[in-house]
Parts: sequence; C-alpha cells; structure tokens
Amino acid sequence: MAQAISPPEVIDGDPSGRRGGYSSDAAGLGRLRAGAFVAPALLLIAAFLVFPALWVLYLGLTNYRLTGAAAAEPQFVGLDNFLDAVANPTFWNSTWLTLQFVLGSAVIGQVVLGFTIAWVLRDRRGPLKRLVEGLVILAWILPSAVVSFLWVALLDRDGGTLNALLGIPGFAWLLDHPMLSIIIFNTWRGTAFSMMLYGAALGNVPPSHLESARLAGASGWQQLRDVVFPHIRGHILTNLLLISLWTFNDFSPFLLTAGGPDGRSEVLAVHVYKVALQSGELGYGAAVSTIILLINLVVAVFYLRLLRSKK
Amino acid sequence: MAMRKFAVVIAAAGLGLAACGQSSGGGSGDTIELTIAQNAIAGGKNAAAAGFVADWVIPKFEAAQKAKGKDVKVKFVPSGVDDEQYKTKLSLDLKSGKGADVIDIDGIWAGEFAQAGYIKPLADVVGPEAESWDGWSQIPESVQGLATYEGKKYALPVGTDGRVLYFNKTLFQKAGLPADWQPKSWQEILDAGTKLKSSGVPVPIQINAGTAMGEATSMQGVLPLLAGAGGQVEQDGKWTGAAQPLKDALGLYQKIYGGGLGDPKLQQEAKGRDKSFQQFAEGKIGILMEGDYFWRGVVNPATGVAPMKDRDQNVGYALIPAIEPGKGIRGQDFVSMSGGALRTVNPNSKHPKEAFELLAFTLSPEALKEETKDGNVRITPRTDVNKEILAGQPLLTFISEKVLPLTAYRPPVAVYPQVSVALQEATAAVVGGTAPDQAAADYQKKLEGIVGGAGNIAS
Repeated sequence: MAQAISPPEVIDGDPSGRRGGYSSDAAGLGRLRAGAFVAPALLLIAAFLVFPALWVLYLGLTNYRLTGAAAAEPQFVGLDNFLDAVANPTFWNSTWLTLQFVLGSAVIGQVVLGFTIAWVLRDRRGPLKRLVEGLVILAWILPSAVVSFLWVALLDRDGGTLNALLGIPGFAWLLDHPMLSIIIFNTWRGTAFSMMLYGAALGNVPPSHLESARLAGASGWQQLRDVVFPHIRGHILTNLLLISLWTFNDFSPFLLTAGGPDGRSEVLAVHVYKVALQSGELGYGAAVSTIILLINLVVAVFYLRLLRSKK
Repeated sequence: MAMRKFAVVIAAAGLGLAACGQSSGGGSGDTIELTIAQNAIAGGKNAAAAGFVADWVIPKFEAAQKAKGKDVKVKFVPSGVDDEQYKTKLSLDLKSGKGADVIDIDGIWAGEFAQAGYIKPLADVVGPEAESWDGWSQIPESVQGLATYEGKKYALPVGTDGRVLYFNKTLFQKAGLPADWQPKSWQEILDAGTKLKSSGVPVPIQINAGTAMGEATSMQGVLPLLAGAGGQVEQDGKWTGAAQPLKDALGLYQKIYGGGLGDPKLQQEAKGRDKSFQQFAEGKIGILMEGDYFWRGVVNPATGVAPMKDRDQNVGYALIPAIEPGKGIRGQDFVSMSGGALRTVNPNSKHPKEAFELLAFTLSPEALKEETKDGNVRITPRTDVNKEILAGQPLLTFISEKVLPLTAYRPPVAVYPQVSVALQEATAAVVGGTAPDQAAADYQKKLEGIVGGAGNIAS
C-alpha cells in the first residue's frame, strides 16, 4: 500500500513512464484524465500565485505610482528600481532588521521556547498542562489587531501596564528598544506552533531508546543530543522553514511600532508597505517585493537541502 | 462524471459571482443609491461631522428628492484614521474604479489625484451645472484656488483654516507670563519656554516634528517656521533647498528639542500627535502650534477628542511670529499656513448629477448653518454664512480676520507630498540630534531626486 501511493523514483527519458516493473500511473487514470484532475488546481495556482508574482516582477520594472501622472501612464524604467533599492541604505537597514527579527524571534525565540515547553510537558497530564498549552495557543489564535492593541497597552510609556508593574513610569519600551519589543512580542505570539509541532514529534521518539540511554548513564543533555534530536531532525527543519518564512513576511510589527521610531523597527514587510502605499511608489515597492521573494526562495532552498541531506 | 459535476459547480459559482456584481451595481429598479465618504466617524474622529451627515444631511436630502419624485437612498461611509491612511484607502478605491459617490479629500491631494485621473474636472463629470453653482459667488478667490488645478475646478471647497500658537493660561500664570501673550520673535517663544520649564511644566513647547505625524509636521511645524524665516517651500517653480530660512527653521527645532524645552520622544511615537492633544488637555504642554481644528475638534468641551471643560477661559492663542519682526515672508511680522478640505464627485459614480446635488446640498447656506451650530463652528467657504456664524466666536473670528490675511498656502503641485515627507525627515533628523546644517544638506539631496535635478532648486 505504502509503495503504491509513493511517487515514482525516476522517470527520466522513458516515454511510457514505466520503469523497474511498476507503473507510475498508480491510480490508473491515464495521462489525459489525470491532467484534467489537476487542471483546476493548476489554474488556481496560476491565477492567484504565478500571475501575481509575474505582475509584481513587471511592476518592478516601471515607475508606477499610487497617485500623480505615473499612476495614469507608468513608464518602463528597466532595472532602475532594483538598482535604487540596492543603493538605498534604508533597504539594507530593513534587511538587517528583518534578519534580526527572524533570528531573534523565530529561530531562537519560538523554537527554543516552543521546544522547552513541549519537552517539559511531554510526560505530564492534567490541568497544568492544559492550562499552559491553552495560554500559549490563545496567544497564537487571537487576531493580530487585538493582540497588538493589548501589547501597546502593555508597553505604553505613560499609562502602560508593564511600567506600572515595574514601577518605572515613562520608560519608552517601543521607542528605546523597538526591535527587542517586537522580537519578544513575536516570540510570545508564535511559540504555539513550535510547541505543538515538537509536542507531536517528541511522541515519536521511542521510549525504549530513551530508557536504554538512561541505563547507559546518559545525562539529560546527552539524551537530548544523541537520542531525541536525531529522531526529530526533520521536524525541526520543517518547523524552522515554516516559521522563518512566516516571520520574514510578518507585518504585525507595524501595528506595534509603525516601523518607527525613525525606521528603527522597519522590517522589510513594513518597508514595502511604507514605500508602496504610504509614499505611493508602487513600482519601487514591487521591486523590493521581488527581492524579498528571491530571499524567501533562497531560505526555502537552504532548508529543503538540509532536509534532504538526511536521507 | 466527476468532471462534469465539477464543471457545473464552477459554472454555478461563476453565475453567482456575476449575479452579485450586478446587484451591487445599484442601478436596479428606480431607487438611486448614493454613498458619501469622509474621514469622520461617530464616537471618534470628527464625530460632529459624522453625526451631521447621518442625522441631518441624509434625511433632509432624501426628503427633498422624494418631494421631486425621486427615490434616493444615501449611505454614509465613515472612517476614523490618520489622514495618510485615509488617503491610501481613497487612492486604492479610486484606482480600482470604486469608492463613494461623494468624497472628501485634502486640498493638497488635488494635484496628484487629478494627474492620476482619480478625480476629474467637475464640468466633465457632472456637466455645466457644476460651473454655474450659485455658491461660487460667495467663495473667496483664494479659497476657490484650493479646488482649482491647472485652471479647472475639480471640487467644491469645504472650508479653510489657519495656524496659531495655543497656550495654557494656567501654566502661563504659574510661570509669570501674561494671559494675553503675543511673542514677536522666536527668541520670545524660547524665553517663555524656559520660564515654563523652570516653573515645572513637563513639556513647555510642542512644535510637531518627525515622520510619524505626517503632514501635521509640515503644516503645524516646519512650513510656518520656514515662512517665519522668510522662506517658501516653492516659489515660481523653484524649490527651496538648504538655504538660510530652512537652516533657521531647523535651528529652532534644535533649540527646542536639544535644549530640553520639548519632548523629542513625542515626535517619534506612532500616536504622538494624539498624545500631544491629550497632554495639552491635561495641562502638561505649555505652548502648542496647531490649526483651528485643535480648537474645534480636539479641546472642544462638547465634541472634542481631548475635551477641555474650561477651554474658553484657559486656552490662549497668539499669532506665529517671524524669526524677528519684519523677517517673515513678504516682510511680515507674523505668519501662518492654510489649507482646506475639498468635496467632489467620484468620476466612477453611476449617478453624477444626483451626487452633485448631494454635494451642493452639503455646502448650501442652510446645511452649513446647521452643521456649525451648537459649538461646532468652523470657517466655512461661504462669506455669507461666515458673516453670521463667526459672530461671538473669538478664535475663529481671530483666524478669519487676523490670520487669513497673512497666511500662505502649500504649492498645489503633484510632487509636493513627496517634498513634504523629505521635510518631515529633516525635522526628525534634527530632533534625533543631527546638526541643522547637515539635515538641510541631506534634505537638498533628497529634494534634487524628487523634483528632477538641481536645476529646479533655487540657488
């Protein structure tokens, strides 16, 4: 059964699509009908994914604007927007901030915190586990607008809850430490996904292996390193891939700091919004979006290669 | 089989979509549906205006149309956001061929919206009745200019405004300053700030700076200061670069925010302007440069967003002085800046004639009088109405008689909003510690990119 639905391993050069004695046409539909089955899906992908991507690529080559003369008749400007972006210190600043944001909140924050919670709670049952999981998941499922409003109320320098608790009125978290604020915010917000994924993954680690390791005198860290991590390596990489991309393209920092003060928390997603919609430079914004798309591809390929090298 | 069923589903969905598209088109039956959009919302921004449209304009207009035998339904589309966000939303609406039938825009967007084809001359959209509207004869030339782009009228002006220095009389008394304070130079503002500071006022002076406040930084900050130093952002097609007036204006920012007379953080916060309103109402800010909107919509004891019960007794106002007497633009002792909102018919409207009737109705004498009663007085575009309603309104009379004669307007060109952002960035840099000369030089560099080379900058 498992073999019947797994994809064919090689089909190169053989027009019949057959090799090694088993058919690649497992469902027995034939080329035409199989094609008809996937056509709607491919059409949807083409209409909502490929076409917009190509359109953004095209817009990036024009001086298209939200208002003014260039909105009515955009001119083709070649690679000017891309060259402008690469020469623009604001763009590089945003890229660097995005890197900090992804490393800090996703790769370190969410993964470490999510794994720790999953590891600590792995053998527990009862209300405590349900409470912790419930709170973590609540942070994840609430709408961004609601959550950011709560965080603004928490971190506000004049009437903020945090300053009232710490007894330091007037400490401007969002102005003096904008990156730290949004990194902690996003860690808090997104940990649930990693926690659940690692929780499920840890269930796959055979208890007998851990038992043997313990009998052989392995310490807690040694058990983690030599027994648990090798078993959940694929999960870790998949998790890293997903949350890196999500965080990279995350717009909710805007709701907390609006990219400020003076661009000190202007991650790329916010940067694009600011140049494309607030300043109305749609062409330049499209060019920056294309660059973001390329960076995302590079990140995805990097993780997928790591994932494949397991085999 | 499966394929056929799928095809049927797709086709049905397609029909459904098409049907939806038709019904939302509005033209069904003989009911005419109109929408009117403003950046106003009940219980929030410009609440009085929102209430006026919903409770007075719409029922009266519908009744008047009914009397003429037309079945017209009007819907109000509220917003309650920063002007920049309202502009983005509006441009996206208009770009995609949608948007309300009657829309409010800031006068300064007229140029870029017209160039983009988002708004069109009223005569083209509506017909000759727009040009022959009986209200034009009541609207002063300068106010008509706000609605005019390249010689054509694109909208009806909704009003005009002016900027002054507001001050808190209680704080002034404590600092030993007079209740009828009128500074004659920038130095006198700074001196008052120093006195306020030593009497314990947390924020002696608030003059908007930075990019977070958007156009408010330009209109209630760098542009009046520039005018006070004898400069204009643009004159006869040439833009002002890193010239002395700009350096002087940025220099004042440095003296205020570098010298502890203002709160630099307030200029950076995402909601800094709202906070400055709140702090003034709470008696934490001594001197604040703002437009008459502040008096009408912010500290208004009835409908303001930061109401002050004792506004009439406690809030003083003064003309904005030039850097030194006689050194302002046109050799003036005092300066100000003015703008104004516009209201126009969306070129995408299916019922432009009726939409214009609605638009003209909102600016008829009886509508303006109704809108401005019960403490909501503002300077309307019509002199006939202003004569009646401004009597007994000290601040608005002050603005209309003392400020409007010496005010200045922003250049009505499409590129201005980008220049404005560059000016805001210059103030942000100075508040953040950059030297004024350096910030002015950086501004000139950006300006050259925006206006098409150094040739368009006055030397």
